[in-house]
Amino acid sequence: MDVFANLMEGFATALTPTHLALAALGVLLGTAIGVLPGIGPAMAVALLLPVTYGLEPTGAFIMFAGIYYGGMFGGSTTSILLNTPGESAAVVAAIDGNPMARKGRGAQALAAAAVGHFVGGVIGTTLLVLLAPTVAKYAVDIGAPDFFAIMVLAFIAVTSVLGASRVRGFASLLIGLTIGLVGLDEMTGQQRLTFGSLHLADGIDVVVVAVALFAVGESLWVAAHLRRKTSEAIPVGRPWLGRADVKRAWKPWLRGPFIGFPFGAVPAGGAEIPTFLSYVTEKRLSKHRGEFGKGAIEGVAGPESTASASAAGTLVSMLTLGLPTTAVAAVMLAAFQQYGIQPGPLLFQRESALVWGLIASLFIGLVLLLVLNLPLAPVWAKLLRIPRPYLYAGILFFASVGAYAVNADVFDLLVMFVIGLLGFAMRRYGLPVLPAIIGTILGPAAEQQMRRALQLSDGSLVGLFNTPFSIAVYAVVAVLLAWPLVRRLVRKPPPVEPSPQVEREKVDA
Amino acid sequence: MTTQAEPRRSWWREHSELGICAVLVALGGLVLVDAIRIPTDFAQRGPVGPKAVPVVVGVALIVVAVLLARDVLRGGRGEAEGGEDVDLSAPADWRTVLLLCGAFLANAALIGVVGFPISGAILFWGAAYALGSRHFVRDPLIAAGLSVVTFVLFDNVLGVPLPGGPLVGVL
Repeated sequence: MDVFANLMEGFATALTPTHLALAALGVLLGTAIGVLPGIGPAMAVALLLPVTYGLEPTGAFIMFAGIYYGGMFGGSTTSILLNTPGESAAVVAAIDGNPMARKGRGAQALAAAAVGHFVGGVIGTTLLVLLAPTVAKYAVDIGAPDFFAIMVLAFIAVTSVLGASRVRGFASLLIGLTIGLVGLDEMTGQQRLTFGSLHLADGIDVVVVAVALFAVGESLWVAAHLRRKTSEAIPVGRPWLGRADVKRAWKPWLRGPFIGFPFGAVPAGGAEIPTFLSYVTEKRLSKHRGEFGKGAIEGVAGPESTASASAAGTLVSMLTLGLPTTAVAAVMLAAFQQYGIQPGPLLFQRESALVWGLIASLFIGLVLLLVLNLPLAPVWAKLLRIPRPYLYAGILFFASVGAYAVNADVFDLLVMFVIGLLGFAMRRYGLPVLPAIIGTILGPAAEQQMRRALQLSDGSLVGLFNTPFSIAVYAVVAVLLAWPLVRRLVRKPPPVEPSPQVEREKVDA
Repeated sequence: MTTQAEPRRSWWREHSELGICAVLVALGGLVLVDAIRIPTDFAQRGPVGPKAVPVVVGVALIVVAVLLARDVLRGGRGEAEGGEDVDLSAPADWRTVLLLCGAFLANAALIGVVGFPISGAILFWGAAYALGSRHFVRDPLIAAGLSVVTFVLFDNVLGVPLPGGPLVGVL
């Protein structure tokens, strides 16, 4: 196989002094920003995007790989030491990580998380190396109807699988699709929703949308409800693991990736479900079941390894199909588009050096992460004590830098402000942000594929279903849509008025 | 609905989520009106023109708005997002939000006139002030430092141009 040769070439690209320095800088920045409370990996990546604007693509993506894994790792530190996960993937890590920290075993919890990230990342990235070229090879042959079907699946999955309320998920998705419509129609050059403005004719930059929804919306929302007394972070020493800890943690580390990777690769919302599954699995398999919830090291090791592997799995669909399954992947896709590179089946052929450099630097980033973060953990812990006014002022500051730097245009700042207000309202009324981002990014691509498919079939709607692959995908979509209805029918007699679209899950605690 | 003013106001407050429905309907209407206005006769290529998707999105927006309204009127509530620094038990602090918006827009208004080092510092200091920081020496110093360092870093090291403004000529 020439996969190995390609990978070696990738390492040759990534191991030059400049690229190595960029990877290290990315890891440090990513961890530092990811550790900051209130900043999840997606916002970290979005805020750090402008840092890479001046670089050539390969260097930029090598740095990006570091930021990506660094941000993921930083989130779990916040989880363990503050008990307040900044993002969904780190929720599970707080269940046992924080009790460990409170018992004075914070150092072990951080070490279990760090090694878990390393192991999960290495296994996940290895699976990526083995699988991605194959997926890309098959994906070259799939046509417009198949792509459109996959995108429909992504839309439905992101609105239906996650979140408490479907109708709110769809509202968010449609807002995103509307933002995606702004600009010139790619096929005919007609202006849509531009209102005659030249600024809008190029469309709204995805980076501006992402930063606005994540950073500006979040800052405004926190400002409205700022907790005047912030919770105290638990001080921590240098992470280390005793023999007994390693003995308990090594199996969860190795099991995690096989739960995380497949979930990361399919559009089912990233790390939220697999980390939870991993936690449940470890609890069932552990000899120390009673310790779970009170500080069991397996409960940190397994989910963290799972989260890291799912981040690698996400890259499979992102690189080979151009399909982002998580918010971070969505922002990364935006970064690719910024350089005029379209991830998809052809990426491995057209940008071979870049892709393999990126993959190699994922491995390098993981090593750097372990080497840098274990000694630096006490420093990261100090970041948790940053005064909140400075933190959110800083987020707004860098959000402005990022949005302005895209086109050096004040107009983008105003667009960001308006979309930021929208993000504020969405947080207030429980509209999830992720569908809006996915809609903005995939909407235009989905429209192109749909129109291409219909062009081939001469307008007949059959053109959207005429491949076995697309039919299979639509079957999955149908199951997802019908699931709440089916579940209700199975559980109890059908209610008078079945309305799966509106009925929300009532989670009474 | 009763006729008294007092409970009525609180009814609207209870159901303020209907505002989201209104936004969705407005957005849907906007998309539809804009779509109808697109001339397609000469530019049409293939069976589906530039109108189709906006029409679908516009109609879907209105449908979702109606469904959401039905959910809200039946007692459904969107769950406000929690977070590490979010205290949902306190009522919304609109003064802070408005001050923050002011700081943000000040930067947008000033960046072209006085350059990024100054407008960025105003943004940071203003935002920190809005969020309750009252160190009248430390805050502006941090703001100025952050702003100048960011400017130099982006403009000189990373190669991302930011407007320097008149200050750069002096330095």
